[in-house]
Amino acid sequence: MTTIPLNKRRGLFRRKLVDRIVGVLSVAALVLAIGGMAWILWTVFARGASVLSWEFFVNPSKPYGALNAGIGNALLGTVAITLGAAAMGIPPAILAGIYLAEFGKGTKLGNAIRFAANVMMGMPSVVAGLFVYAVLVIPMGGFSGFAGSVALAFLMFPVVLRTTEDMLLMVPDSLRESALALGCSRARTALRIICRSARGGLVTGILLAIARVSGETAPLLFTALWSDAWPKNYFTGPTANLPVLITEYATNSPFEEQHAAGWGASLVVTLLVLALNISCRIIFKEKHHGR
Amino acid sequence: MDADETIKISVRNLNFYYAGGHQALFGNSIDIPAHRITAVIGPSGCGKSTHLRVYNRIFELYRGQRAEGEVRIDGKNILDRDVDVLELRRKVGMIFQKPTPFPMSVFDNVAYPMRLHFKLSKSEIADRVEYALRGASLWDEVKDKLKKSGLALSGGQQQRLCIARAIAAEPEILLMDEPTSAVDPVATLKIEDLVLQLRDKFTVVIVTHNMQQASRISDYTAFFYKGEIVEFDKTETIFTNPSHKKTEEYITGRFG
Amino acid sequence: MNDSGKTLISSACTDRVFRIAAAGSALLAPLLLAALLIQLGVGSAPAWREFGPGFLIGTEWDPVRNVYGALPAIVGTLLTTALALLFAIPPAFVTALWLVDAPPGIGEILSQALDLLAAIPSVIYGMWGLFVLVPVMQDHVQPFLSDTLLFGKIPFFGEYGNGFGFLTASLILALMILPYISAVMRNVFRMTPAVLRESAFGVGCTRWETAKDIVMRYGIRGLLGGIFIGLGRALGETMAVLFVIGNVVALPEDLYASGTTIAATLANNFAEADGVLRAVLFALGLILLLLALGVQMIAQYYLALTGAGRGER
Repeated sequence: MTTIPLNKRRGLFRRKLVDRIVGVLSVAALVLAIGGMAWILWTVFARGASVLSWEFFVNPSKPYGALNAGIGNALLGTVAITLGAAAMGIPPAILAGIYLAEFGKGTKLGNAIRFAANVMMGMPSVVAGLFVYAVLVIPMGGFSGFAGSVALAFLMFPVVLRTTEDMLLMVPDSLRESALALGCSRARTALRIICRSARGGLVTGILLAIARVSGETAPLLFTALWSDAWPKNYFTGPTANLPVLITEYATNSPFEEQHAAGWGASLVVTLLVLALNISCRIIFKEKHHGR
Repeated sequence: MDADETIKISVRNLNFYYAGGHQALFGNSIDIPAHRITAVIGPSGCGKSTHLRVYNRIFELYRGQRAEGEVRIDGKNILDRDVDVLELRRKVGMIFQKPTPFPMSVFDNVAYPMRLHFKLSKSEIADRVEYALRGASLWDEVKDKLKKSGLALSGGQQQRLCIARAIAAEPEILLMDEPTSAVDPVATLKIEDLVLQLRDKFTVVIVTHNMQQASRISDYTAFFYKGEIVEFDKTETIFTNPSHKKTEEYITGRFG
Repeated sequence: MNDSGKTLISSACTDRVFRIAAAGSALLAPLLLAALLIQLGVGSAPAWREFGPGFLIGTEWDPVRNVYGALPAIVGTLLTTALALLFAIPPAFVTALWLVDAPPGIGEILSQALDLLAAIPSVIYGMWGLFVLVPVMQDHVQPFLSDTLLFGKIPFFGEYGNGFGFLTASLILALMILPYISAVMRNVFRMTPAVLRESAFGVGCTRWETAKDIVMRYGIRGLLGGIFIGLGRALGETMAVLFVIGNVVALPEDLYASGTTIAATLANNFAEADGVLRAVLFALGLILLLLALGVQMIAQYYLALTGAGRGER
């Protein structure tokens, strides 16, 4: 066959131009995304920082007009609700992750469970709120911080489950086999491997799950709702928390002071979540250093 | 060099540096004749692959790697800034250690570089795909599975598919970086036969760690050691009467 | 002898207990999912009885007469999600592409920054959207689009608005899901074998050709995975939308119109909900859940299909 004549060559100019244009668009998109984030963070800092004071953190929220209002109760409530969620959601999630990694590899049941967990991860958080509203809030006769914890635990469960499984699967089989060869039981082996090798990854997964739910708002609207009181009624009554406070002040209040307090609360939530996230990254990086 | 041979690639004083300034090639100079098979041998880490990767400037994908000196192909220094790498890489095809079929059908694997570089009709492409696959001695094996994924072929077939793909862009030079190191002995022999056939149409430079392979198929052999070209001569001479002690030690298997 | 025998028995015993506990925990995933479906199904039964399948295409929302239809919320959800994906996928793809090839220092820092964008709680996006983006949309973006670019002449695009509505909600959603999609795509690009990229460049591809013809095909499963993660997020996102969508139960007239989504309707109405309205909310929740499950299943099915189709080992 003869060689292809020169006049059938495709010009290089257009191909290179397209390549250049895509390059420029990439940078533009990056500037837009990072710029958007910078804009959000800057707004939160600029509008939230001015209301921060010692009183803002230690005083409870109060109806409009009352002096010395703060977010102390919401801060405490958020901590209580999140810790409650962690206590309920994480242990079974880790056990389930171990099951999938150690016993459920390639089995039909394992695959079905993994599928369910994947689907659960993609479940809208508002649906979790609605579910807990139906099975806890209505039967118990009212909103409660505990119900909020259950809703958040629901969201944490699949996240921690999948990270646990992934982390365990990253452990080389040789380590697993040598532990089994030493006569350790499956349970012992699994736990020992976790303690030894996967701990960093596991902590990261847990922290990330906590970071993810500690800013969640929609499920709490249906469960913990909102209160001006200190969170003494965690099990029995509406419980103050930061995300719903922000929502209330932003959407249901016409008052500048409450908008400002909402920005202050936004700043606190943002810093909290970013701090959790950044510490995860640092832990993870240290663990994977030198790999 | 024989009288009827012309020089295709002429390398003068080529130095190569990895990121961080680590030097991998030292003053390489070599004249590679057209329409011949030139084997590049040497112990691992001696720079033979690195040397090959300068010819199509593929090293530029990696930040911090740089080459200094002259690599003239048909008289033009391809390290000059005004050289178009897209055109260079069309002209200088490369086959890698591991078969790397693109994630597309057998047909598209071969058609892809043609569509990239040429404006051809559907039937022209179909003709040339067949031609390239025949050229890579693969047509009879794959003519019934052209629509199948290239990844579904066996390792040896995949490697010949990659050769067909390289031929399809109508190159003048084929660089082969240990093309048989990842395939079984039977597939290796097929690929060696193929390389011998390619000699008529292309200038072939093949890196190999297998000295039998070098002596079986190549016309010329270059021996690399620690980033330098120790000896370059007719393959026969290198394997029967090397002029350097290092070369002799290497081909007799005393190190490597 | 005795001792070791005892240990063996007790370790076998703990092993068993542990295994049962682990299996039980793992079964929580499908069980909870089933419970969710059953509960929402049962809870929404009165709504289906009252309105029948016509609930799905009903457009009325009248709490006084107790007549409700789901169509506006469904259409609103699909519209915001589709627009958000439209806005987010191209920049997510090109940013991922650029970041993977960027100089190590800059690439690392910008990747981390982009990841943090995903970490910002949605209520913060909502807050920012309400107080910052809505006024900007009203005062600058909408006039610019309508008067300068004459987009107002395009049917359904809309001419003037108050800053709230579908376009604003979609933009915020796009910003929210972009980092998710981009992060997954970055991983996909990184996982592409170096030698495959080299062979693409080796036949004379430009960077862009390598990306769109080779890397994208190679990692299509992962890329789709990333897109579906973004899709799922956008579908069920509540707060960021709630603040800026305008919360009017009506079919969208144009992109500047106020409207609602399923999630926003749920959040808006739960407080005073009882009787039929409560059942209606459960029905909407069920629809949202089924949509989300559908997205997941289509994703998994499609991924399996393409995986086999590409003849992967």
